[in-house]
Amino acid sequence: MASITVNEQLATIDVAGEKPLLWALREDLGLKGAKYGCGVGLCGACTVLVDGQAVRACVTPVSQAYDKTVTTIEGLDDELGRRLKNKWKALKVAQCGYCQTGQIMSAYHLLNQPEQASPEPIAQRLNNICRCGTYVRIHQAVSEVSAEMGARGLTDGQ
Amino acid sequence: MAGGLHKPGPHESAHLHVTGSAKYVADDPGPQGTLFVLPVPSPIARGRIISMDLRSALAVDGVHCVLTVDDIPGDNIWGPILHNEPLLADGVVHYMGQAIAIVVAETEHSARCGAQRVELEFEEQTPIIGIESAIAANAFHTDPHIIERGDLEAAFESASMVIDGVVETPAQDHFYLETQAALAIPEENGGYTIRSSTQHPTEIQKVVAAALGIGAHHVVCEVPRLGGGFGGKESQASPYAAYAALAAARTGRPCRSWLHRGQDMAWTGKRHPFRTDYEAAFDENGMILGVIARLYSDGGWSLDLSGPVLDRALFHVDSSYFIPAIRVEGRVCSTNIPSNTAFRGFGGPQGMFVMEEILNRAADAMGVDSTELRRRNFYGEAPRDTAPYGQVIEANRLPQLVPQLMEESNYAARKRAIEQFNQTQQHVKRGIGFQPVKFGISFTASLLNQAGALVHVYTDGTVQINHGGTEMGQGLHTKMIAVAADTLGVKLDAVRLMTTATDKVPNTSATAASSGSDLNGAAVQGACLTILERLRPIAAQLLGDEAASTSVTFRDGCAWLGHESGVPFAKVATAAWAQQISLSSTGYYATPGIGYDPSIGRGRPFFYYAFGGAISEVEVNGLTGEYRVRRVDILHDVGNPLAPSIDVGQVEGGFVQGMGWLTCEAVLYSPQGRLLTHGPSTYKIPAAGDTPLELNVSLLRDADNPLVIGGSKAVGEPPFMLAISVISALRDAIRTFGKPGSIVELGMPATPEAVLRAIEHQRIESTAGMDKRHG
Repeated sequence: MASITVNEQLATIDVAGEKPLLWALREDLGLKGAKYGCGVGLCGACTVLVDGQAVRACVTPVSQAYDKTVTTIEGLDDELGRRLKNKWKALKVAQCGYCQTGQIMSAYHLLNQPEQASPEPIAQRLNNICRCGTYVRIHQAVSEVSAEMGARGLTDGQ
Repeated sequence: MAGGLHKPGPHESAHLHVTGSAKYVADDPGPQGTLFVLPVPSPIARGRIISMDLRSALAVDGVHCVLTVDDIPGDNIWGPILHNEPLLADGVVHYMGQAIAIVVAETEHSARCGAQRVELEFEEQTPIIGIESAIAANAFHTDPHIIERGDLEAAFESASMVIDGVVETPAQDHFYLETQAALAIPEENGGYTIRSSTQHPTEIQKVVAAALGIGAHHVVCEVPRLGGGFGGKESQASPYAAYAALAAARTGRPCRSWLHRGQDMAWTGKRHPFRTDYEAAFDENGMILGVIARLYSDGGWSLDLSGPVLDRALFHVDSSYFIPAIRVEGRVCSTNIPSNTAFRGFGGPQGMFVMEEILNRAADAMGVDSTELRRRNFYGEAPRDTAPYGQVIEANRLPQLVPQLMEESNYAARKRAIEQFNQTQQHVKRGIGFQPVKFGISFTASLLNQAGALVHVYTDGTVQINHGGTEMGQGLHTKMIAVAADTLGVKLDAVRLMTTATDKVPNTSATAASSGSDLNGAAVQGACLTILERLRPIAAQLLGDEAASTSVTFRDGCAWLGHESGVPFAKVATAAWAQQISLSSTGYYATPGIGYDPSIGRGRPFFYYAFGGAISEVEVNGLTGEYRVRRVDILHDVGNPLAPSIDVGQVEGGFVQGMGWLTCEAVLYSPQGRLLTHGPSTYKIPAAGDTPLELNVSLLRDADNPLVIGGSKAVGEPPFMLAISVISALRDAIRTFGKPGSIVELGMPATPEAVLRAIEHQRIESTAGMDKRHG
């Protein structure tokens, strides 16, 4: 048995420590917002936050989240999270929608960083893949939320 | 709720997508006790099964049973067109990954362990891999399909320039983010509910019923939504649903299948690679006089949908150009890889690319601008208005669209600026390219152009709609809700769209060929209109003028006679119920007036054409071959869009996916038939950083299409081919590394290494040319 805090709720789970966090969330805790896309940590559909850091849950052993706080799309409801979700809706970013929870988690992590001036456009720093090709709107959504939040250092380098 | 037909409004699932509560089949673990089903894949690409020993597999903890062809109670054979594909191998294997047996186990892990312990012995044969090998072995699925017209002999005799060569286009993996998934639930009295991530629920129903040896009425297929389809779930979702159903029938328990990414990539078909041998004749003004093209597609081991994919390729070799004398001939090669299948564009991109490459090479050889060459050869007034297969290109929007695109993208000034930039740069060059699109809309098998709907109005004035299409990201459900709300004159949130299911709307066509909203929209509208016809006399009574029932209109949630006073829709519905009037109706639509005879290569295969144009600008590094797409401008014709924002999204996404096909996605098989690119580590689809730095999409204004519901046009596939503009832009940049008049040799996909190879070739050509001059 191990304890893990998911979306501000303490849970105890009884699984092998090497079980990927993604499958512990989906199978043992019933949270289906993080998706399986590739299983090798490349597509980003499974992105969640562990102690505020974006991780690819499909290649993260659940033991690495023991005694830590995990945030999934279901629990992303602070101001930045709400703004991102509302912007995603307003711009109709999602097409099939399958990758979009991971996209929002990655965008949240990017915008939640302390000042990190980067010459790279925001689009370049989000590397989750979307087969529907919604990148133009993802970029627009992140840029607009970034501007609304007044996050310094997140200038779009274009 | 705001929004509606032709207006910006919410996407019906947006609030579910962003909270993780949108349900996909892959998310559904099934009821308690659901078993996992996994195929046992063939480890060789071609041969005979000599022996199969299941004992070790059956001994694995958690394995319930292993089913082989002998365990199938009904028909082992299925197929989307020809009835010739075994669900489970019957003594012979035709490709690596072909299902030989299925393991049914408590967990996926047990199923995997079991599958690995099935002991197999084979008598191996040498597989046929690739189009050249198939041609050499005379291995074809089809006889030639030929479309021809005009006097080719005269065209080539009078030509001032003739070019010939080979054009090859690559395969492309669908890489839908949700891999193939299905859940089969046994119901009482011998029935089954199948939930499938499929574009074709009716085919799932048919294949499952046939495999189980039961009537179609015992099977219901439900499709909540797809995590991407792109054609990859048009035919090829069927086996995985059948495996789950076979296991459910054997065990009496719910069973599910869900592929890993690597399994999905290795076991399912892709976009057909094509090889085309061509000869083309031009006059001194660059006008095309004649084209001869022999197209070969790699069909893989079975026919699947390869016939109509090839047909669509042949229909689109003309692209947007009038070709007075032409002979196109196509055959589907038979090889030992998974059966290649539908993929956005369905052969259209492969056919169009042949002509675009001919024009690009001809422009190089003539030393003229490829954009100018394209514009000169456009379809025009009669007699330059008829496609090679005899259909007149009616309502051609390119004469209006192209000048507007050129002006809005500032093409001429940017072309001059690029030339100046290139003169000042040695190692970095820019290029610009133009691509027109004319894409035929309709299933080319004309009988498939039909759709149904079922609409219920409840006495409180709320509405449920069912239609035969599947939602896979294209926004079909959002459009259908808008159609129903607009027709009935009620608010969007009074309309609920129900899960696509074969017990609500039967005998449907696949959601494919960009036709979803054209066909299903007309069916939904038809059902709503039938109900309104029944409600008019009731409303007239309530409005106090029974004689005026034909004048009743429905809008703003009320029925009206004139503008004086309305009676709420709910009140009309309740009154109708009280008078024992049905508040439920089906709707049905079939596209009129289309048909094609392949034996003579003549007909009207398409109801209408969708048009578009793109200008792309690239910057290429001559030292590394790396490049960026700097800017893309698109003007696209979607008629009067049912949902403008969704249609723009389809254009953006289609363009990016088309870029992937031509620039970064390389499917590789070993000579033994093993897929070498089976995950995102080895197969690169476009990421955010590959997207054009600037992508401007506009929809052609005042473009009403009277043939289709709401004046709209299909949008799913046509924008895919706008991405060919990137290749023309790359060639434009690469050309400047050599001397004028040499033909750029750029292989597809145009990865940075392919671009560097083309640049090196240009440099060598230049040097060779100088030697000749000086010698």
